[in-house]
Amino acid sequence: MLPEIGNIALIMALVIAVIQGTFPIYGAAKGNVAMMSIARPAAAAQFIFVAISFGCLVAAFVTNDFSVLYATNHSNSQLPMLYKVSAVWGGHEGSMLLWMLMIAGWGWSVALFSRKLPLEMVARVIGVMGLLAVGFFWFVLETSNPFERILPALADGRDLNPLLQDPGLAIHPPMLYMGYVGFSVAFAFAIAALLSGKMDATWARWSRPWTTIAWVFLTFGIALGSWWAYYELGWGGWWFWDPVENASFMPWIVGTALVHSLAVTEKRGSFKNWTVLLAIFAFSLSLLGTFLVRSGVLTSVHSFAVDPERGLFILIYLGVVVGTSLILYAWRAPKVGLGGRFALVSRETFLLTNNVLLIVACGAVLLGTLYPLVLDALGVGKISVGPPYFDMVFVPIMAVLVFFMGIGPLVRWKKAEIPDLVSKLKYAAGVSVVTAVLVPFIMGEWSFMKSLGILMAAWILSSIFVGIRNRIVLSAKAGGKIGSLSRSYYGMQLAHFGVAVFIIGVTMVNGYEEDKDVSMNVGDTVEVGGYTFRFDGVKSAQGPNYETQIGTLTLFHDGVEIDVMRPEKRYYNVQQQVMTEAAIDTGIFGDRYVSLGEPLGTRGGWSVRVYSKPFVDWIWAGCFLMGVGGFLAVSDKRYRLSSRKKSKRGIDETPDTENDESAKPVMVSVNEGKV
Amino acid sequence: MKQRHKRLAAIIGGLSALAVITALLLNAFNSNMVFFFSPSDVVAKKAPQSGSFRLGGLVGEGSLVREDDGLTVHFDVTDNAETINVTYKGILPDLFREGQGVVTQGSFDSVGNFVASEVLAKHDETYMPPEVAEALEKAEQAAKKVDNGGAI
Repeated sequence: MLPEIGNIALIMALVIAVIQGTFPIYGAAKGNVAMMSIARPAAAAQFIFVAISFGCLVAAFVTNDFSVLYATNHSNSQLPMLYKVSAVWGGHEGSMLLWMLMIAGWGWSVALFSRKLPLEMVARVIGVMGLLAVGFFWFVLETSNPFERILPALADGRDLNPLLQDPGLAIHPPMLYMGYVGFSVAFAFAIAALLSGKMDATWARWSRPWTTIAWVFLTFGIALGSWWAYYELGWGGWWFWDPVENASFMPWIVGTALVHSLAVTEKRGSFKNWTVLLAIFAFSLSLLGTFLVRSGVLTSVHSFAVDPERGLFILIYLGVVVGTSLILYAWRAPKVGLGGRFALVSRETFLLTNNVLLIVACGAVLLGTLYPLVLDALGVGKISVGPPYFDMVFVPIMAVLVFFMGIGPLVRWKKAEIPDLVSKLKYAAGVSVVTAVLVPFIMGEWSFMKSLGILMAAWILSSIFVGIRNRIVLSAKAGGKIGSLSRSYYGMQLAHFGVAVFIIGVTMVNGYEEDKDVSMNVGDTVEVGGYTFRFDGVKSAQGPNYETQIGTLTLFHDGVEIDVMRPEKRYYNVQQQVMTEAAIDTGIFGDRYVSLGEPLGTRGGWSVRVYSKPFVDWIWAGCFLMGVGGFLAVSDKRYRLSSRKKSKRGIDETPDTENDESAKPVMVSVNEGKV
Repeated sequence: MKQRHKRLAAIIGGLSALAVITALLLNAFNSNMVFFFSPSDVVAKKAPQSGSFRLGGLVGEGSLVREDDGLTVHFDVTDNAETINVTYKGILPDLFREGQGVVTQGSFDSVGNFVASEVLAKHDETYMPPEVAEALEKAEQAAKKVDNGGAI
C-alpha cells in the first residue's frame, strides 16, 4: 500500500512542478500578481509531496518490504538499521529520489526565506526551479521508478553493497546532492535575471548566500567522500582523480569561481554577464556529473547503474537545460550592461585572475575526464588519464592561484597602488620564503615540492595575518571595536585559512608518507615512520551480516605501547564479497594506518600493509574550515537587510565593511539590528 | 592613448599567459595518456614495448602463484584467446579472484615479462570492466571467424 502512495505522491509532485514552472513565470512576464503568488505555495506543496514519497520509500526499506524491487536489490533483513535507511540512496532510483527531495527542499527554502524579495523575482526563481524539477520527475517516473513491485515478493533482499555500509558514506551522498542541487538556485537566480533583464548589485546580494551555502555543502560532500575513500578502501589514498570524483570536483571549481565573481558583482556591479554564465556552468556541470555517474559511461567504482536509456534521458535533459539557458543568455546578456570600471591593479583584476585560473583548472579536469570517453565513443582506442596528468597540471595552477590569493584580499577595489601592496606584504613574503626553505630541512630531506607546498601555506597564513592586523589597526583608529569587522570578512579569511591547512596536509602527506607491504607472522615487527607495529595474530568473529577476521597489531613509539590496532577482513554473506576494514590510529600530526592483506602459509601469517601518514587529517580539516568560513560569510547581517532599504541605496552607498579599507568600519544602520 | 596601450598590454599579456598554460596542459596530457590493450593485442605487438600501458582480461583459473616472500604473485590475464603472465608485488585488491575481470597497469621488464605496478579489480562482483568485456568479445569473434574458415 505504502509504495503506491509514494508513487501517487510522486505523480502529484510532477503535476505541481508543472504548475510551478509555468504560471509564476508567465505571471511575472505579464505582471499578473495572482499567478505569481502561486509560486510559494506550489513550492511548499511540491516539497511535501516529494517528502511523502521519500518517506514511503524509507518505510519500504525499514519494514523489509521485499515486494519493492528497489528495496530487494539494495537491502536485506540482516542489515543494521542505519544502513537500511542509507540504503535508500545506495542505488540509482533512490538517489534520484533523494535528488528530487533536495531540489524540492531548495525550492521550498527559497519560498520561505524570500519574504524581502520582490514577488516578480521570487516567481521567476521558483518557476525556473519548478521547470528543472519537471524534467527530473519525468525521468524518475519514466526510467527509474523506485516503487516498482516484484511479485511474488522475495524472502529476502540482495543486500547493500558492503562498501556502502559505512557511516561516512551514509551521509556523503546527501551532502553532495545538497551541493549539486543547490547550484540550481544560483542557476534559477541567473535565469530569472536574464528573463527580467534587470541585474544589479541587489540581485547579486540575493543570490550570493544561496550560492555560498550550496558551495559549502558541496565542499563537505566532496571532503566526506575523500575521507571515506581514505579509511574504507584500504589503500590509504585520499583522492584518486577518478572520473566520478572529477564529476563532483568540476562543479566545485566553477562554484568557487562563481562565489568570487559574485563578490565583484555585488560590490562593484561588474562581471555581471560573467557571473550569470558561471552560474549556468556550475549547474550544468552538476548535471553533467549526474549524467556521467548515472549513465554508466564511466569505468569507475561508483558506476553501479549501467543503463543506456537513463543516460540518454539525462543527456537530452542536459542538452535542453544548457541549450535553452545559453540561447537565453545570448539573447538577453547584451542588455545587462557592464558595471563599474576598474584599473589594472585592483581587487577586480585579482578576482578576475582567480576566475581565469579556476576555469583553466576546470577545463583541465574536464579534458582529462571526457577525452577518454570521446576517444572510446569514436572507437579510436581505450585510454585512461592517470593522476600524474592531473598533478602536473594542478600544482602550477594552484601555485599561481595561491600567490594571488595572498594579495587579493589586501587590494583595494577599483584602483590600487603596487608600492603600497609591496610595503604591506614584504614581511609576509620574507617570512614565507624563510619558512619554506627551513621547514623541509628541519623535517629531514629537502625537495622542491615540499618547499613549494610550505611556501604556499605560509604565504596564505602570513597574508591573512597582515590583512586582519591592518583591519584592526584601521578600525581602532576610527574608534571602532574588533567586532565591527563584518562576518563575511572573517568568513573569507577563515575559508582561505582552510586552504592553507589543506595545503599543509597535502604537502606533508605527499612528502613524508611511508608505506610498507610486508608478510608477518605472529610476533613479527615492522617499523614505519618512527613507529613500530607488532603483529599479534588474527582471530575469527561474527558480525551482524558478515564474518570477519580481526587482526591485532600493537603500536609502539620509542618503545612505549601507544595503541592496539584491529584491522579487519570481512566477508559479507549475502553479496559474497570481501571487504578490508583498515585500522587507523589518528593523531593531530598524522595517522598510523594498517590494513590486512591475505593469509599466508599455515602458521597464522598474513600480508599486512602499514602506513605512516603525517598530517593527513589536515586535508579534511582544511575543507571543513573552508565550509565553516562559507557559513560564517552567509551569516553576515547585510544579507538580512530589508529589500526596501537596499533598493534605495546605490552601489556606492552600500556599507562596504567587508572589503574596502577606506570605508568607515562602523556604518551599521539602525535597521540592520532589528532584522 | 596611454590608458588604451596599458589595456592592450594587459590583454596581450593575459592571452599569451593563457596560451602558455594551454600548451603546458596539452603537453602534460599527451605524455600521461595510458592505453588499454587486451592479451591478443599484446601478442600482436600492438602494445608499447617500453613504457606503461593497461592490460585487462580475466584472471586465469588456477594461475595464481605466490612466491615465498608472500607478496610477489604471478597470475595469467587472458581474453580466452591469448594469455599473458603478470608479475605483481604487493597486496591484491579485495575483489581480485581467479576467473574474474581485472585491469592491470604496468610495463615489460628487460626480459619481456609484464610487471604490474597497479592491479585494479572493481568493487561490484557482478561488474565487468567495459574494456575487458569488449576485449573478450573481440577475441571470441576472432575465434569464430577462424572456426568458420576451418569448417568451410
